[in-house]
Amino acid sequence: MRGIGLRLATVASLAAALGAAVGSAAAQDKIRIGYAISKTGPFTGGASITTLPNYQLWVKEVNAAGGLMIGGKRIPIEVIEYDDRSNSEEAVKAIERLATQDKVDFILSPWGTGQNLAVAPIMNRLGYPHLAATTNTNRAPELAKRWPNATFWLGLPSDISVSFVELLAKLRGEGKVGPKVAMVSVSDQFGIELSTAARDALKKAGFELVYDKSYPAGTQDVQPLLKDAMAASPDVFAAFSYPPDTLGITDTAKVLGFNPKVFFVGVGTAFPVFKQRFGQNAEGVLGIGGWNADSPTLKDYFKRHVEALGREPDRWASPITYASLQVLGQAIERVGKIDRAAVIKEIQTGSFDTIIGRVKLEGGLLKEVWAVGQWQGGEFYGVAPTAMAGARPVVVPKPEWKQ
Amino acid sequence: MKGVPLALVVAAMGALALVPFLGTGYHLALAIGILNNLVLATAWALFSGPTRYVSLATAAFFGIGSYAAAGLGEALPWPVLLAVALVLGAAMALVVGLSTLRLSGIYFVIFTFGLSELIRQLVTWWEVNVSRSVGRYIFLDVTQEGIFWQLFGLAALVFLVGWLIGRSRLGLALRVVGDDELVARHCGINVTGAKLLLFAVSAAFMTLAGAIMAPRWTYLDPSIAFNPVISFQALIMALLGGAGRLWGPLLGVVPLTLLFEVLGANFPNAFSILLGLVFMAIVYAVPNGIAGWFEGAWPRAVRLLPQKAVR
Amino acid sequence: MLILDIVLGGLILGGMYALVASGLTLQYGVARIMNLAYGEVLVAAAFASYLLVTAAALSPLFGLVFILPAGFLASSLIYRVLLVPLVRRAKTREALEVDSILATFGLLFVVQGLAFVLFGGQYYSYSYLSVPVTIAGSTVPANRLLAFAVAAVLAVGIYAALMRTRTGTAIRAVAVDPASARLVGIDVQRVAGFAFALGGGLCAAGGVLVSMFLTFNAAMGVVFTMKALVVVIMGGVGNLMGALVAGLLLGLVETSVARLVDPGLTLAATFGLFLLVLLVKPTGLFGRAGR
Repeated sequence: MRGIGLRLATVASLAAALGAAVGSAAAQDKIRIGYAISKTGPFTGGASITTLPNYQLWVKEVNAAGGLMIGGKRIPIEVIEYDDRSNSEEAVKAIERLATQDKVDFILSPWGTGQNLAVAPIMNRLGYPHLAATTNTNRAPELAKRWPNATFWLGLPSDISVSFVELLAKLRGEGKVGPKVAMVSVSDQFGIELSTAARDALKKAGFELVYDKSYPAGTQDVQPLLKDAMAASPDVFAAFSYPPDTLGITDTAKVLGFNPKVFFVGVGTAFPVFKQRFGQNAEGVLGIGGWNADSPTLKDYFKRHVEALGREPDRWASPITYASLQVLGQAIERVGKIDRAAVIKEIQTGSFDTIIGRVKLEGGLLKEVWAVGQWQGGEFYGVAPTAMAGARPVVVPKPEWKQ
Repeated sequence: MKGVPLALVVAAMGALALVPFLGTGYHLALAIGILNNLVLATAWALFSGPTRYVSLATAAFFGIGSYAAAGLGEALPWPVLLAVALVLGAAMALVVGLSTLRLSGIYFVIFTFGLSELIRQLVTWWEVNVSRSVGRYIFLDVTQEGIFWQLFGLAALVFLVGWLIGRSRLGLALRVVGDDELVARHCGINVTGAKLLLFAVSAAFMTLAGAIMAPRWTYLDPSIAFNPVISFQALIMALLGGAGRLWGPLLGVVPLTLLFEVLGANFPNAFSILLGLVFMAIVYAVPNGIAGWFEGAWPRAVRLLPQKAVR
Repeated sequence: MLILDIVLGGLILGGMYALVASGLTLQYGVARIMNLAYGEVLVAAAFASYLLVTAAALSPLFGLVFILPAGFLASSLIYRVLLVPLVRRAKTREALEVDSILATFGLLFVVQGLAFVLFGGQYYSYSYLSVPVTIAGSTVPANRLLAFAVAAVLAVGIYAALMRTRTGTAIRAVAVDPASARLVGIDVQRVAGFAFALGGGLCAAGGVLVSMFLTFNAAMGVVFTMKALVVVIMGGVGNLMGALVAGLLLGLVETSVARLVDPGLTLAATFGLFLLVLLVKPTGLFGRAGR
């Protein structure tokens, strides 16, 4: 009896779900925007610092202004959000759900390289613009060609490494650092792409790699790494690391009194927790990212972020994520209707005013991005590429750690 | 009573088979999720149900299958690749099985977990130092429907193989082993051989599932392929459904996958809390797994029926 | 010099592993509860410690005075409300094992979800005693050394209590054989509940101590649960000494592989050692043979 009931219930729920899919798409009194983001699992850390706060901030601000201006009328945004549980399969399913079930007008990207690549083919098939603001891969140019709806905003890992090495070469030319470099990297795609590019660039620039190792993600004690790196007495130390290790490596270097002239750490250097954790000792530390903190638009963004969310943004991907949302919003307004193909085209070809300045994508890629930043006077200023507006001169040598 | 489980499996598979024709892309995605979980949980129960060995190596086999697809997908025709994945998974299960089946209880559980992690670390090290790239891109021409039908076929095959094993001498031997290993040995049953064979069959299905699913995500790295969540999810769904019966996991997989969806869709911020609460509620309310409850409830319902009819 | 570095660094790291695992070995070994939410409790204690240090400007060691008993009480409550019904209805040890895996898996999600709602997913870290201490020419961070010392004190204290007190003897009796323990007049359920709560207290203490030097967030509990499980199993279920030795051994291996072989292989080496131990001794280093 109950078996039949169960079967009936299954069939009925499937049928009901099918029925619900038909309909809607009535007159636009709301723009429906959906996203799936990691609220549980290992990606939660990154998503909660860089991506989710900016989505919340942007939606809040757009709606406070009455919504997006479409066809001479302001239309507010309605948000539909899911938790992808840091799982590729869940991310894929959530995108399908947003598109075919919730019939959202636009989809914002998940956090991280893996998640974005997992959803990219589906976003492409369904024809949604995909602004992958937190994807960092050397294959981005090729991927942008494969998926014309997708755009990549964080630069390439090789660009970051090359910029960093250029900076080192310049310092060496000025006689500020010697040729010895020690390098460690986290053994996942991100760390490897960065370190591979850095290795090649360092060799080309005539540097000498005195220590070069990778370590598994989740390592809880980096002392052995640092002691060996220290024993090689390098002029430059570079770690292509993830947030918990970035903090661990910096703290251990401080405890060990490891004072190379240049001290560079990876993702997480730009996070507010870094400054809170190290205070005065953050001074002079180099890391991935950076921003032009003197720019009035960014100052204003910083203030709004703190007011709305009660904490500071990270100084690398946060402003870029927010800018990508501004671009999406402006593209929708310019097109003037919910025409996703036209919005994709506008994002690809248009030029936009954002908090990070004028944005014009090339081949689906944002080219003008900060590669290296440095903590100077309690702020994480961009220092390379030096051609960027507002690039500060780098302070070398880094002041010695204070215990 | 006898026919009900069969009817249940057929009905569930039948309902799933309609999805590509009637459903949207989302329903298809959901059905793929259900089928994937179904294959993993049923294959898990195939070995762990009768032998009572709780294995956390699901992710290891799934990951090997995924990596086979990522590494060889462009070099080999798809059916050949599936065959290679199958052989890889089964061979590895034999090696692992030979060395581990003398462990018992919790030691076996955590050993299999450690094994998955070890494989993941070794694959990572290999990719870092040899391939010089930890992530792999899989651009294979497989549609969602293609993945769906492959999984569907695999699920049907799991049930078929499970049913055949249940009817065979092997199945009988395993039931004896599960009840009392000492008795089994005294009956002249080759206990180790029987367990090994079953472990390899179960692992082969998991490996195939990994190979079929991998092209769905475009991008693969060890933390995706060897995600321990895969192991836990298969175990939980099978246990909740009832690991002692071939059709038990089905009763865990379908409601749980749908429950995950409903909770995730309606309460994105409290998803985790609600999921945990519902989960605990199920454990307390349905002590013997859903299959056990179902078997208990069916005779009760039948007994009640004629009386009502008389009145 | 290198040898000393490795031994000292390895012992300190291993001490942390042992500390993290010691609570679980009591919970699993005595109460037979495979607590998958163990790491969540540990992270909750780390958050509590963070709040005490940053908001109330207390030393984490002082925080220990509150958080350890809080962990004890919370675990005692968890045992009474959530687990006693399962213990009562379980006919066999296996049944209880399966039920407790399922129930604590649910608990894991609840605690992790609460932590996310309360603290968000971002990383937390604070600075406490992150200064160098030099021992025979080898530099170690004071906070890790302190954690090691406190862990050692706790371990010796608990070990002595297990060996010398009546309750301790009862706990060991239940760990060895619950059925026979009942025959000699031990209230098995009460003792098991006490051991579970004690394990929770140790777990909370571990959370406070690791928060002094590790960065954590709401989603990180699983990492600790898994590490603890590996240590407990390697040492032999229910054997506190086994967990301590296994923890130290894993720390030593991790550090030596990092210094002498390749830091990329540290985790592979620790899992390899774990598997090897089980292959040679199927019930762990200090486990009893057979079932």
